Amino acid sequence: MTDATTDLATGPITTNDGRPLKEALAASLAVRRRRAFLLVAPLFLFILISFIIPIGQMLGKSIYNDGFSSHAPALAAWFDAHPAGSAIDESAYVALRDDLVAMKKDKTAGEAGTRINYDISGTRSLFTAAARGAEKMQPPYMDAFLKLDKKWGDPNVWRAMRSASSPFTMDFYLAANDLKRNEDGKIVSVGEGQAVYKKLMLRTLVLSLEITAICLLIGFPIAHLLATLPMRKAMLLMIFVLLPFWTSLLVRTTAWMVLLQQQGVLNDLMVWLGIIGDDGRVQMIYNQMGTIIAMTHILLPFTILPLYSVMKTIPPSYVRAARSLGATSWTAFRRVYVPQTLPGVGAGGLLVFILAMGYYITPALVGGADGQMISNLIAFHMQKSLNWSLAAALAAQLLAVVLIFFWIYDRLVGIDKMKLG
Amino acid sequence: MKKLLIVTTALVGVSAAAQAQELNVVSWGGAYTVSQVEAYHKPFTAQTGIKINSIDADNPAAPVKAQSEAGNVSIDLADVELSDAIKMCDEGLLEPIDPATLPAAPDGTPATEDFVPGAIQDCAVANIVWATVIAYDKTKVGDTPPTTVADFFDTKKYPGKRGLLKAAKRTLELALYADGVPADQIYEVLGTPEGVDRALKKLDTIKSDIVWWEAGAQPPQLLADGEVVMTNGYNGRFFAAEVGEGKPFGTVWDGSYMDYDLWVIPKDAPHKEDAKKFLAFSTDTQRLADQAKWISYGPARKSSNALVGLYQDGKTEMAPYMPTNPDNMKSPIWTDPTFWADHDTELNEKFNAWLAG
Repeated sequence: MTDATTDLATGPITTNDGRPLKEALAASLAVRRRRAFLLVAPLFLFILISFIIPIGQMLGKSIYNDGFSSHAPALAAWFDAHPAGSAIDESAYVALRDDLVAMKKDKTAGEAGTRINYDISGTRSLFTAAARGAEKMQPPYMDAFLKLDKKWGDPNVWRAMRSASSPFTMDFYLAANDLKRNEDGKIVSVGEGQAVYKKLMLRTLVLSLEITAICLLIGFPIAHLLATLPMRKAMLLMIFVLLPFWTSLLVRTTAWMVLLQQQGVLNDLMVWLGIIGDDGRVQMIYNQMGTIIAMTHILLPFTILPLYSVMKTIPPSYVRAARSLGATSWTAFRRVYVPQTLPGVGAGGLLVFILAMGYYITPALVGGADGQMISNLIAFHMQKSLNWSLAAALAAQLLAVVLIFFWIYDRLVGIDKMKLG
Repeated sequence: MKKLLIVTTALVGVSAAAQAQELNVVSWGGAYTVSQVEAYHKPFTAQTGIKINSIDADNPAAPVKAQSEAGNVSIDLADVELSDAIKMCDEGLLEPIDPATLPAAPDGTPATEDFVPGAIQDCAVANIVWATVIAYDKTKVGDTPPTTVADFFDTKKYPGKRGLLKAAKRTLELALYADGVPADQIYEVLGTPEGVDRALKKLDTIKSDIVWWEAGAQPPQLLADGEVVMTNGYNGRFFAAEVGEGKPFGTVWDGSYMDYDLWVIPKDAPHKEDAKKFLAFSTDTQRLADQAKWISYGPARKSSNALVGLYQDGKTEMAPYMPTNPDNMKSPIWTDPTFWADHDTELNEKFNAWLAG
């Protein structure tokens, strides 16, 4: 609008060297923007290379696994030429034999077998054994394979091989939800005794919410005290909050083991005081209780600090004004003070919740059997079973759950209202 | 995919551009690693000048597989269990080892005949035979110490917590053995769904009394702390605590789970030739016998047995503590590597589900 009026009145405004002002301004702004970008470029590159790309690659593994497909080109070609449901004839077994001979040569039968074994347990040795004997096999190969092991005629094995002959798969997401494909390729639930991931995901959610709630309950009065005490005393108290915060996570976890175990300090003290008998020592660790206690302690500073920084900025005059207008101290607290702390409550709560969802060292050390969380199973598949695809699928789901909570929080409270300090 | 991973890991500076004249050796930590450092690493460095970085892992096979998968191997040599050695060899992750490069016994017996059966694999050479056994605190079990695996499961007769390895392997076998399955039929039974249920049912009877452990150094610690009265664990670790530190521990040899520990060299190891040199050096007759001076694991060479004498304290006879001693090996459960390569996914899932339930 202003542009138009100036245009009408005096024609385009130009700079000293005769360029239109708008153009010159845009050019100088672009230079500045470029410079600003160069400033953040190192950080951006760092995050991209060390964070976004590796995580993206890892998550990519949840839908991409070429453990079988890259070693079985002949079978892949056969599956391409013969749609699902066609009879497994001699030509299929010829392709199978060709691939197995190549696998034996490259020592990849184990890798291919492992991929099928994820789908059907007990089939890994089927591949390693067949690869050993493949070269000496005489046609007709169908009979030769069936003689070697009856399982080679099992339509389920062929179904699994067909599915694994493409590197892209949703199988790992099925497994992460306690589902599998049956012989007809239909999605069914795994047996009762094998279902574990959904249950643990739910437990992780419940435990994280519990820990967040306890952290807020304990952290709120402490933060309030910190914000209202005289400076010197507040500083002293602050050191008590920060000291454990600066201590290594492992040290704090191990300290809890010393305190809480059955022959530990707390139990000894209670026996000594006569509260419990020597044979009635309380089991406070290596179970869910251990996980909750240790994690609450470790995550507590993450609620106290944002709460403190918000409470520090609340002028005491508001509550005083409410009191002078006739509110009881409870009403003044509830209707005037608490609403002003909400940005801190939100920030502290969300921070603790997100951290708790991904915790695994502490539950692994003090959680025993029923204090384990989904991250412990992710670690199990990363480090022990080395089924990285399943670990990636579980991690992707965990990430999705956290993002959903983030979204709900944004809708309910508003992310712009969050205040970290 | 793998290439990208290499590029990114290299860029963030984790690339393991290790210098020459160094070997990265991964083992299980604790008293076991000490025995290897004393018997193998120190003499090897003294003789060749090659420095050895000893790295600890809960299970050294895991970092080998992880590094191979990521395409960035920094491990030169790893000490792994039999099933992992065979599995990784099948997957082409390991360097094949020519038995002809292994030194012969002092009397001239070639290595292939000197090693106990199964100790030389395509890609691995065993250094020890070890056992997972049950140990108990002598001060907590009364006048009749436990002697069988059944006693381990009997919390009425021996009240108190039990320590168990948090893994399907070894735990399920132990449960079946305690339930009366003969040692040589355990894998047959465990191969059926009913067998797995039977094992888990047996474990159910003591589930609330179990403290789970993961690293090999934990069981002697749990026992010494009084957190458990009985726990399974690696026999050499209990020996180190009992004889080395004077802890009042006793061992139940019934149903001991026998396995090898083998040296493997990853296919992409940065110092392959030096690693091979070290492998041959550390598995000669004298070195294997020397190791038994530090920990009670059986040497994988027959010719070493004659040289095993006293513990490094100079007075403890090693024989009664050896898992290979006939008196201790009355009912061993020998690991079945093929079984575990096939069933570990399923059984671990069932075990994890049972654990979480």
